[in-house]
Amino acid sequence: MAFEGLRKAGRRVSRPDLTFAVMDHNVPTGDRALPVLDDMSGKQMDALARNSAEFGITCFDYLSPFQGIVHIIGPELGLTLPGTTIVCGDSHTATHGAFGALALGIGTSEGEHVFATQALWLRKPKQMDIRLSGRLPNGVTAKDVILWIIRRIGTGGAIGHVVEYTGDTVEQLSIEERMTLTNMAIEAGARTAIISPDEKTFNYLRNALYAPQGDEWDAAVQYWRSLRTDSNAQYDTSLHFDVNNLAPQVTWGTNPAMTVSVTENVPSPEDFADASDKAAVMRALKYMGLQPGMKVTDIRIDVVFIGSCTNARLSDLIDVARVVKGRRVTPSVRTMIVPGSQLVKRRAEQLGLHRIFIEAGFEWRNSGCSMCIAMNEDKLGNGERCASTSNRNFENRQGPGGRTHLVSPLMAAAAAVEGRFVDVRELDLLNVEELELKGGFNA
Amino acid sequence: MPEPVREVVGKAAPLEADDVDTDQIIPAQFLKVIERDGLGRYLFYRWRYDEQGKPVQGFVLDREEFRGAGILVVGRNFGIGSSRENAVWALMDAGIKCVIATSFGDIFYNNASKNGLLCVKLSGESVKHLREKAKSGTLSLTVSLDDQVVNYLDGKIPFEIETHIKERLRSGLDDIAMTLSMYKSKIKHYEEKMPTFLMPKARRSPLE
Repeated sequence: MAFEGLRKAGRRVSRPDLTFAVMDHNVPTGDRALPVLDDMSGKQMDALARNSAEFGITCFDYLSPFQGIVHIIGPELGLTLPGTTIVCGDSHTATHGAFGALALGIGTSEGEHVFATQALWLRKPKQMDIRLSGRLPNGVTAKDVILWIIRRIGTGGAIGHVVEYTGDTVEQLSIEERMTLTNMAIEAGARTAIISPDEKTFNYLRNALYAPQGDEWDAAVQYWRSLRTDSNAQYDTSLHFDVNNLAPQVTWGTNPAMTVSVTENVPSPEDFADASDKAAVMRALKYMGLQPGMKVTDIRIDVVFIGSCTNARLSDLIDVARVVKGRRVTPSVRTMIVPGSQLVKRRAEQLGLHRIFIEAGFEWRNSGCSMCIAMNEDKLGNGERCASTSNRNFENRQGPGGRTHLVSPLMAAAAAVEGRFVDVRELDLLNVEELELKGGFNA
Repeated sequence: MPEPVREVVGKAAPLEADDVDTDQIIPAQFLKVIERDGLGRYLFYRWRYDEQGKPVQGFVLDREEFRGAGILVVGRNFGIGSSRENAVWALMDAGIKCVIATSFGDIFYNNASKNGLLCVKLSGESVKHLREKAKSGTLSLTVSLDDQVVNYLDGKIPFEIETHIKERLRSGLDDIAMTLSMYKSKIKHYEEKMPTFLMPKARRSPLE
């Protein structure tokens, strides 16, 4: 519709060389040799291809070897660079902030404005420092950290703010883990999130398809080193969390703040003093089909979805393999893995990960947003309960009447094996070497 | 281009819910519709229709006493979640011209201002007060953007709004034309200063 607006006004895309398109939200994740069955999706994809051609934009289409979820391909292709400003018509654009880019999710009108002007009106947001300290226990991941933060500050806790994640925990995290933190800042209401770039950032980008090379690479790195957060940086709000004793987290309700540790029980309306909180909890429990006060580990599941811009990168797939190698998924549970990009898929296959998944009983699919947003054929049936590595557990998000529990890839994999939620720390987790990946892997 | 907004007059309908995300305002399956007009029929679809698409009794906007309501009084964190502008279009297509809440999702709030949907932020207490009054189905509000005040029969509540949002709503201007007329040379100047190492250049054809 933004293209339509341009056409009506006789405008062009101002900088097609800096503008990229990709098909992700509605693409089927089955066999790419087959035609797209959903007529509306097919039309939408055709329209994007036509508009990209007309306005001179590179489009990674359905059949491109670089197709994938926009927030995964941007970084892996080196289009996401520190010090750049990035906009995309999707609220999870904050993901790119993990590279020290200012990355904003925008609407259609704002998208059209950027197309035409290469600029965006933005009031300076407030700044929130979320400082994380401590070392994550084995079995506890960046996903658990962000769910726990959202639980603590609420779905509106960071409205009007850019969140910066700082502290020794963040420095220890890999780039892909950092992306999980920035990805879900929107679920706490943040305008976006950002992390100071460091050597890990540069190493992730080195040799990426679109990243600078040769002398330009050296110049870029020199510039990027100047982007480090000042030691005396000032923030409007500062929060500090210690992650040393964090347990795996599981959402029980219908927004990402409705989260408990796997060792806790599902809350009861009586736990809340405020009348509207009580009502919200009651409504969520009813929708989710849960008994107040029941153990999280007594929740049985029907579906496991490993995918989305939150957790479908190579390291997430490796986490799944650490749990499921040599094990079988519960036969009654439908389990699917949707890699975040076709490149992630190929890399996983080069390592031999797909064999581990297929032997365990998982479906190994092609890339797209898939069951995170259920705009294609991948969706939950009415009342089906899913352990999902995605980012939103809103009512009907994964399909009409579907029930979503957001968890880490480790927890989702453990749930696939056991048919119910278990504390993944109690399982024997293989380390990466024990996976005996072809050619080896360095996180 | 949106119509200029200076004042919204209309019946208020109460929607007693916090954290209403844009997935609830319009489910993703309707994002594939390539038209803006007519999206109102998908507004709050899952709350208004069952799985077979049959209307569910009792949703506030479908009740006789709230027919034609132009103002929605909600709770806190309205419009959080996905950036879909369709949420704004669906509300407006259903005749909603103003939403009153304690707080809004940032992207929704911006999208609303670009389309002439007035979002008014009031204290939790005021929102609750108006929502309770609206339950009768007879609360008529006059929301003056010029004076920044919500007027009703036996009272008025002032509100704050960011100057640039107010001006954008009042002018109904084409943002793009305004930006280009005022800032084209500045944008060009900035672009000329951008280091070339930040420009994406494929090291080989992406089609190889």
